Amino acid sequence: MSTTPQDQTALQVDIVVDVPVEHAFHVFTDRFDEIKPREHNLLAVPIERTVLEPQIGGTVYDIGTDGSRCTWARVLAYEPPHRLVISWDISPRWQLESDPDHTSEVEIRFTAEAPERTRVVLEHRHLDRHGEGWQSFTSLGTGEGWPLYLERFRAATQRQANGASSS
Amino acid sequence: MVASTADPWQALADPTRRRVFARVVGGPCSVTEIARDLPVSRPAVSQHLRVLLDARLVDVQQQGRMRLYEMRAGGLDEMRRELDSYWRKTLTNFKDLAERTYPPTAEGTPTR
Repeated sequence: MSTTPQDQTALQVDIVVDVPVEHAFHVFTDRFDEIKPREHNLLAVPIERTVLEPQIGGTVYDIGTDGSRCTWARVLAYEPPHRLVISWDISPRWQLESDPDHTSEVEIRFTAEAPERTRVVLEHRHLDRHGEGWQSFTSLGTGEGWPLYLERFRAATQRQANGASSS
Repeated sequence: MVASTADPWQALADPTRRRVFARVVGGPCSVTEIARDLPVSRPAVSQHLRVLLDARLVDVQQQGRMRLYEMRAGGLDEMRRELDSYWRKTLTNFKDLAERTYPPTAEGTPTR
């Protein structure tokens, strides 16, 4: 168990932007709507906008063109201009995860490298928490974890097969 | 040939094999450990693991003189790949917007 590599359950992406750290932080948090990719929409209709509530205990939610709402993250830390942590309440199948124990978290750190240069490091960690539902079962009944695992596995193998057959 | 990869559903149709798989899911283990924990002989365990390997449900790695079997992290890998691309896009969009909006234009207040 101790051999589980850290990098398997987390991922890190970073970028350097030529702006002061305050500006970087506020663009990220105030205008998250404009930078978040629109694919992987969990709503039935297109996303009108995304709102990130800038405070601990706030949430991140998408609003659909018909007014429907999908809350998919909780703000766990809001420390301008250096740090933002949100939960990731989305399952590996891109569905809402209602059990906080099965959610991961995303930390975004903003570090000034120069007056007008900021490094932004984004870490998405505890990915294995999403898997606990299907990893922890040991008495193989007809529990929920089992079909979930298989379905995911099928999706992965099909993608793999499709990729292989194109050669 | 893709066809040579065994179907994971077929592989898990066998109840004993499912128990072997469940043991591997519980944590990396050797044939000996599985045979100790389950009412299955070592040769039978090896055979079940062979099928699970072919179906790409488990991986094996050599640790010293031991071969340890563990669940293949397919689901997790898949999720990591998707999230990685998701966040890369986010940060690229972010950089574009942040640099486009700095320094603030004359009519805007340069407080941000």
